[in-house]
Amino acid sequence: MGTTSPNQGSQEYEEQHVHNVYEQIASHFSSTRYKPWPIVQRFLQELPPGSVGLDVGCGNGKYLTVNPNVFIVASDRSVNLVKFASQHRPHASVVADNLSLPHPSSSFDFAISVAVVHHLSSHPRRVQAIAAILQTLQPSPETEQNPSNSKHVGGKALIYVWALEQKASRRGWDEGDEQDVMVPWVMKTKSTQVGNENSETFHRYYHLYRQGELEGDIVEAGGRVAESGYEKDNWWAIAVRNK
Amino acid sequence: MKLLTVNFLTCAVKGCKGSAASFPLHFEDAELEQREIGYNPTFLSNILPRLDWDAITTTALELGFTNLPATKPDGSFETADEHKVMRDLHTLLMETEVVQGKMVCRNCGHAYQIKEGIANFLLPNHLV
Repeated sequence: MGTTSPNQGSQEYEEQHVHNVYEQIASHFSSTRYKPWPIVQRFLQELPPGSVGLDVGCGNGKYLTVNPNVFIVASDRSVNLVKFASQHRPHASVVADNLSLPHPSSSFDFAISVAVVHHLSSHPRRVQAIAAILQTLQPSPETEQNPSNSKHVGGKALIYVWALEQKASRRGWDEGDEQDVMVPWVMKTKSTQVGNENSETFHRYYHLYRQGELEGDIVEAGGRVAESGYEKDNWWAIAVRNK
Repeated sequence: MKLLTVNFLTCAVKGCKGSAASFPLHFEDAELEQREIGYNPTFLSNILPRLDWDAITTTALELGFTNLPATKPDGSFETADEHKVMRDLHTLLMETEVVQGKMVCRNCGHAYQIKEGIANFLLPNHLV
């Protein structure tokens, strides 16, 4: 289903079609999200011990269980999801907007943002979200004034978004389909009467990424793509800073 | 929110990012709680190089902790004395949680609330 709402591309639109939905489905959503995706797991496991990074849009914090030898400051816009995330030690979780991150610039070794950027409802806002992540990373060594400092490695960010090309999936979208979609979340609610089960359907806004689009957004946001690929219905890329 | 976190937080307002006054954020009306977590000197030792020690000291003093070393420890934990330093750091950074209160930016004056241990950095519309 396409979306032609007049306020698409604004924070108000995302509040209604993304933030409020997650806040309401948080508990049910969290109970279905526990298995880390392989690419993200590998990225986190390969980090040197003592690395400090961010999980931007952490949801229930399922990636905070992967590597206890690094320190992750996770954030999400949903207070109810952050309550789940904050239980994972030794990490930390705060409530924040991914366009206004509460972190010092040029400081972090890594960042992940998994299934988050596709919830921003316009191209400029998605680029802005990626730029906000890149800004927190330590700059890449190539652009450093002292390139001889070989110990210094710039920060890297893993960004993961839902793909338009997922013909084999339950949704069945593919090349040429509408990219801005409303995706239903059906939440079963137990009624007080025994044996009665009701369900409520919520709709979340998604922008489905075409092949190559994520890489384009990263470059536009001032980043460089170090590695990218496709993993089960999703596009992913590892980005570093260009400046 | 454990105190280690504060070293990696600043004001969410864009205009404050470049200002030295926005880091660290300053606590007001902070209620603290100690929550035990396994002592892991290796983890602390690995994280130490990433800490801004001046900011840690500022945060600690604000909350009434006066026993921090003046300079950053080197992270070794061979001797009993070194272990003591690391244990104290563990208690302060990993086990001391702010459960209630606010964090204030000295550049713009905005206060971020902490409730039930969770800090909220969502900005009112006029500050976005």
